[in-house]
Amino acid sequence: MFDLIKIWKHQGRQYIPDVLSVTLPSIHAGKPQIEAKSCKNNCKACKDICPSKAIDINPVNLDLGKCVFCGECETLCPEKKIAFTPDYKICSNDQSLLMIYEGEQREIKLNPDKIRNEIKRLFGHSLKLRLVSAGSCNGCELELNACGNVNFDMGRYGIEFLASPRHCDGVVVTGPIVENSVEALRITIEAVPHPKIFILNGVCAVSGGIFAESNAVNRSILDIYKPDLLVPGCPPHPLTFISGVLALTGRSA
Amino acid sequence: MNHVILKNSQSTAISNIPLLDYSLFYEHVLNLLKDNACHCVNYYAYKENGEQLRMICCICNDNTSGIYVFSHIYNLTSKPALESLTAVNTGMHVYEREITENFGVEFINHPWNKPVRFPTNGADKLKTADNYPFYSIKSHELHEVGVGPIHAGIIEPGHFRFICNGEKVLHLEIHLGYQHRAVEELFINKKSTFEKTILAESIAGDSVAANATIYAMLMESLGNIIISRPTSISRTIAIELERAAIHTGDLSALCTDVAYQLGSSVFQGLRTTLINTFLKWSGNRFARRLIRAGANPYPLNNELKKLILNNLESFETRFNEMADYMFNNPGVLARFEGTGILTKEQAQLINAVGMVARTCDIPRDIRSSHPYYNFNEISHKAICLDSGDVQARAMLRRLEVTQSLEYIRTLLATCDEEAATYTKEIKLMPDAFAIALTEGWRGEHCHCAVTDNKGNLKHYKIKDPSLHNWMALALVVRKNDISDFPVCNKSFDLSYCGYDL
Ligand code: SF4
Ligand code: SF4
Repeated sequence: MFDLIKIWKHQGRQYIPDVLSVTLPSIHAGKPQIEAKSCKNNCKACKDICPSKAIDINPVNLDLGKCVFCGECETLCPEKKIAFTPDYKICSNDQSLLMIYEGEQREIKLNPDKIRNEIKRLFGHSLKLRLVSAGSCNGCELELNACGNVNFDMGRYGIEFLASPRHCDGVVVTGPIVENSVEALRITIEAVPHPKIFILNGVCAVSGGIFAESNAVNRSILDIYKPDLLVPGCPPHPLTFISGVLALTGRSA
Repeated sequence: MNHVILKNSQSTAISNIPLLDYSLFYEHVLNLLKDNACHCVNYYAYKENGEQLRMICCICNDNTSGIYVFSHIYNLTSKPALESLTAVNTGMHVYEREITENFGVEFINHPWNKPVRFPTNGADKLKTADNYPFYSIKSHELHEVGVGPIHAGIIEPGHFRFICNGEKVLHLEIHLGYQHRAVEELFINKKSTFEKTILAESIAGDSVAANATIYAMLMESLGNIIISRPTSISRTIAIELERAAIHTGDLSALCTDVAYQLGSSVFQGLRTTLINTFLKWSGNRFARRLIRAGANPYPLNNELKKLILNNLESFETRFNEMADYMFNNPGVLARFEGTGILTKEQAQLINAVGMVARTCDIPRDIRSSHPYYNFNEISHKAICLDSGDVQARAMLRRLEVTQSLEYIRTLLATCDEEAATYTKEIKLMPDAFAIALTEGWRGEHCHCAVTDNKGNLKHYKIKDPSLHNWMALALVVRKNDISDFPVCNKSFDLSYCGYDL
């Protein structure tokens, strides 16, 4: 009994009271910022090093849907114009809002016009999700699991991952979507009753990431099912996922 | 000589690898494997050109730290059938299955030549992930249970087909491949050293440190780069911190599977302390960004060292009291003890590696048998248990966490500061072969690389410890209740993507 009390006491309270206003360590690679400085000597160091073709130049721009947050562009830029901030709120439902241009100062948000009306009404208090890994590396799964743990406690918002797609309101996909799992993914999405939401979690799911050019990848299913939320990151931090879903379901701006 | 002897992370000219006729190759493999200190860490084939395959076999001797490497050239035009090694040595089964699947090589008398992962460029295009040839028994008394590919939880896909007699499992067959991303091919298609580093980090997102270090070891070996002591220490620490973190997370998951809520929550929270240590070190909770071939972008300075030590201290007291409490809880023990037993004979038979081998009293551990980085000076001793059940696999995790923390502290104390260094393109030795092994938290990872005459990568081979250990899961559920499957599965926590590649 005393041992048990000791365990409780030593664990203390670990949950994050407000998941929307956490300050992550400054080294956490969240939303990048690109300063409007001129690049010298035809430099394109960032574009050349980028392992996922997320960067282009003139003007320098970075696609969060492709970025694996390796930080190499930040390190190599001789002008030091690229800087990753710890801002973890980087989800959107609009690919164009994930593009960051030099000199631009804005928060990453969802495009309100693209949020279907029923989402807030039906899923604003309770949202049950089914995960399908379609060629992921298990990194995204580790973080999605963590969303429900004592620290992040996503369950308090009524957001939960469940086993059966029949009991769910939506599907979360991780991984670049590979040929061998397309059929299982299709069956799962169809098994979820209407209306349903569809989330792409992690750079692999959002754009194929570093696997985009693989012969094993087949993303044609995305021609049929359109994502309601894009969650950048490799893997996305639990706070990124949770804040994105809260924004989608109308519980934060 | 029938083989060349290499050390861990050594490279050699490809011409130094002896070419044997298949009959001699076959004899040589079986002869070497007669010694219990020897096990096969890789056996694979790649296309040398349109007409021939080179089959390379790498056998480790745990007593001498040597790796015996030898090869055979196979003619793709005449396509002779080869005598199966698996028929004599079961542990070779998955290597031969892979060679058949990739290139259509026939192995005579192979008892179980089933598909491995349905690769995109497999030899038989008619074989797809949706038509796996399951073993079945015709009987009115028995029934089959299919589980997956999508499982009840946040987990990767795989299909498990049980044949049951009532509640008892008679047989389990595991069909994987759903996660196949053609990673090995991408190692060739991607050109820069750095792109491949990122790829190595994503082979398995729970073993980032293990796979990234092993890739770095290969590139540094082929590029003739010697890393500094602080760089080496920082990688050794990363490997051990990853072990402690994932083991702790697995203890949580094991508690979840036996409905022990306290352990489940507490160990999850404890894991956060460890992965957030990585976050403050490199900016990612799973050790991404930390390990770079030929460089050390996040060297350990005094501030970081202090942070790590503090976190370990806060972690360890809480970890120990929770673990003591849990391993004395009769409800937990009743579910763990005697469940899912793998015998030592079975472990030897299937070439089990890593923690699975060590819970069956086989001291197989690359850190002690083929030490790399700073494991030599630590003089690591593998922890072994002998009951081979879920309890052993849980307890081993607990003991290994403590051991890892101790290693991290020892190494931190002797780690000098150094300036950060960044990735550069590494020029590789042409026409060479290199092999490297690390002991990740699951067990031994082995990567092999071959370069062409210009020093470009020509072939890259990855072996995850799960390649061997999935068979252990299939064996241990026999004669167990099917309801014990989840806890058995979790007790191994094998990699789907590491296997499917
Ligand atoms: S941080 Fe993102 S944009 Fe920059 S190099 Fe890495 S992947 Fe490319
Ligand atoms: S986004 Fe990153 S962590 Fe997620 S599956 Fe892809 S490689 Fe793994």
